[in-house]
Amino acid sequence: MTTIDHGTVGYTGPQVRYRTCPFTGRRIERSAELLIRANAVAAVVFLAVGGFFGLMVALTRWPAVQLLPAEWFYLVLTGHGANVLLFWIIFFEIAVLYFASAVILGSRLATPRFAWLAFVLMIAGAVMANYAVLKGDSTVMFTSYPPMMAEHWFYLSLIVFAVGALIGVFVFFGTLVVAKDEQTYDGSVPLVTFGAITAAIIAVFTLAAGAIILIPTWLWSLGFISSIDTLMYKLVWWGMGHSSQQINVAAHISIWYAIAAMVVGAKPLSEKVSRFAFLMYILFLQLASAHHMLAEPGMSSSWKIINTSYMMYLAVMASMIHGLTVPGAIEAAQRRNGFTRGMFEWLTKAPWGNPAFSGMFMSLVMFGFIGGITGVILGTEQLNVLMHNTIYVPGHFHGTVVAGTTLAFMAMTYIVVPLIFQRDIIWPKLAKLQPYLFGIGAGGISLFMMGAGTLGVPRRHWDISLTDAAIPYEFAPGAYLMMGLNGMAAILAATGGLLFVVLIVASVLAGPKLDGPGAKLAFPLHDGGAQAVSEYGSEPHFKLPGTIMLVSIFFFTFVLYYFVNWKYLSDLWLFN
Amino acid sequence: MSINPPSNRLWWKEPIHGIELAWIIIAFLWGVFMFFFMIAWHFIGDQNLSTETYRVNPDKFVEQVEEFANEYQVLDASGAPMDIAGTLLVRPPVGGDVYILGRLWEWWPALELKKDQSYRFHLSSADWQHGFSLQPVNINISVHPGYEHILTLTPTQTGDFGIVCNEFCGIGHHTMTGIIRVVE
Ligand code: HEM
Ligand SMILES: [Cu+2]
Ligand SMILES: [Cu+2]
Repeated sequence: MTTIDHGTVGYTGPQVRYRTCPFTGRRIERSAELLIRANAVAAVVFLAVGGFFGLMVALTRWPAVQLLPAEWFYLVLTGHGANVLLFWIIFFEIAVLYFASAVILGSRLATPRFAWLAFVLMIAGAVMANYAVLKGDSTVMFTSYPPMMAEHWFYLSLIVFAVGALIGVFVFFGTLVVAKDEQTYDGSVPLVTFGAITAAIIAVFTLAAGAIILIPTWLWSLGFISSIDTLMYKLVWWGMGHSSQQINVAAHISIWYAIAAMVVGAKPLSEKVSRFAFLMYILFLQLASAHHMLAEPGMSSSWKIINTSYMMYLAVMASMIHGLTVPGAIEAAQRRNGFTRGMFEWLTKAPWGNPAFSGMFMSLVMFGFIGGITGVILGTEQLNVLMHNTIYVPGHFHGTVVAGTTLAFMAMTYIVVPLIFQRDIIWPKLAKLQPYLFGIGAGGISLFMMGAGTLGVPRRHWDISLTDAAIPYEFAPGAYLMMGLNGMAAILAATGGLLFVVLIVASVLAGPKLDGPGAKLAFPLHDGGAQAVSEYGSEPHFKLPGTIMLVSIFFFTFVLYYFVNWKYLSDLWLFN
Repeated sequence: MSINPPSNRLWWKEPIHGIELAWIIIAFLWGVFMFFFMIAWHFIGDQNLSTETYRVNPDKFVEQVEEFANEYQVLDASGAPMDIAGTLLVRPPVGGDVYILGRLWEWWPALELKKDQSYRFHLSSADWQHGFSLQPVNINISVHPGYEHILTLTPTQTGDFGIVCNEFCGIGHHTMTGIIRVVE
């Protein structure tokens, strides 16, 4: 089982080597494996750096602690945004793209040299950006709104990083072509690969928008262009900044499906519905940057309404569909696995001790309830004015990109380490605990920042007591309480994050080796790994009472919270 | 399995299950409702952010604000201009134009308005982007240099209201405040 075959199928170049994974029976090619390793390791390193910055920021925003001095606070906040949102997430996504193409399709990776070039460019960009930020003359936040100007290195570093990432995306497309050509799979691509394809297509749009805005801004910082229009900058910048969140969503939803398949043997309820939902992300996201422009001067109301609802909220609908089909697939699989009692035995008897599963399920719930619902509220034309640029906004996106994407990526790492690094997870007891620590912490920071935001606390702000301001203003005592609780939740999240980094690094370096015969996984995959539980995708009927209950609770919460916010809005001073 | 090719090669011909179909319809109708509710609020609601905007030269705007402040500054019994914590106090006429300037690092000038009277606000910045955040009312509007944003605002409460800045504007960002006093 564990023998290494030399270039068995199709292409027979000298360096192409495959092995067969003893746990999943999949063919894994050597250079794909190495590149997944390299990108995943880089991702974890930048998560460690950025997460540390995040803790510093949160402790500074805890009024009773106020850890850092003001200059350092703004500097570290700039570094936090760049390291976690860009470097951690995008390195990991490149690893996911290679996994979803080469590993899942059993193919070789196209043009490994270009993949290495991509990796080197991304590393160079990320290191350069950190250097520019830490040097101190690029404290402009990762959004770098003009006319505030960073040092030119800062813009250049982001451009270099983006070019690297774009090359990585094209290697992914190339790999799809290779797999098709060499017939490494039969029929249509698997759902997970399909989701990755949507993520990659969106990535191309996104990186193009990034280039359109960052290149002139870079030239401006070098003095070749005299000014950058502030509104136009925001519009195009968020064409990158927001659309890239749609990459995250497509990527982490693919991961939900992948983990559900590998851990409990779940199979999509219907391929058609799930694929259609992924497709909607591509079709309805182009002007997603609009919901960053709701409180700006100069955009018309009809422009705002049409673009924020992506025409009738079809992208929201897509997420709601996955919100049903992912737990639905799990419920159906678990019922097949024999957990049929009552409404929720499938859930209570789920493998909660497996960090891949627990992380994935918490990611699903928190992305929907915390990140998703609040995102729709923030993106509603009139409601935006209630919390634009308050700390409610970071609260919302820590629900999407931390409790949602980051937690899902962490969960996936518990599968990638044994399968790709061929090392088992060291210290399984701690690994069991890790998703809960991080998940609860991340949920906490999201909720407490949103709480503070509804009380008016501004984002990116060093001192809400406004001690040094000429005209004093007192925020409500509740705001201080919320920021204190946020600091405590941040400590929890940071502990979970640190534990993750330590566990993964230790497992990769010193975890039990899995390439010998008869090796067993600390967190086993579903029986036979690759075998579907049985047919139900095309069966005429199945029962999902638990999932129906979950989505009903979700829908009720959504509608209630939506109208609560309109009520708040109607109490404001009148303006038009 | 989501990580294998669909077992049914003709997966697109499979019927959609009732549960999925019902949820798709609910999600779609809810989306349609939310879409039309935004439009409806333009007719039934009193909080719709104005989109009236003009390009303006930042220096020109500063001059306009100073003119406005000179004209309507509040004088005490001895004829000296009054202030709030050192910021000039201005009492514009009811229904008239009101200017607020964002600059490093203050909202200027301080205003005294009458409850339930509407004013035409002119918002802009002299330098960088700022975030007009009226507290504790929680009305938050972005302010750009070079763009003059005009909105009609009607205070519905009395008291002293703070304006903080919620767009990062450099090292003094957390010292940037202003005030609107609303009287009967
Ligand atoms: C230990 C975990 C983390 C903690 C404690 C934390 C905490 C915070 C806090 C307190 C803020 C500042 C809000 C403000 O003052 O405006 C912030 C901003 C931010 N965080 Fe995190 N965070 C964590 C992890 C992450 C991760 C994993 C991501 C992305 C994947 C992320 C993305 C961001 C972004 C994009 C910002 C906005 C930066 C800006 O306003 O320029 N954070 N975070
Ligand atoms: Cu400001
Ligand atoms: Cu500011």
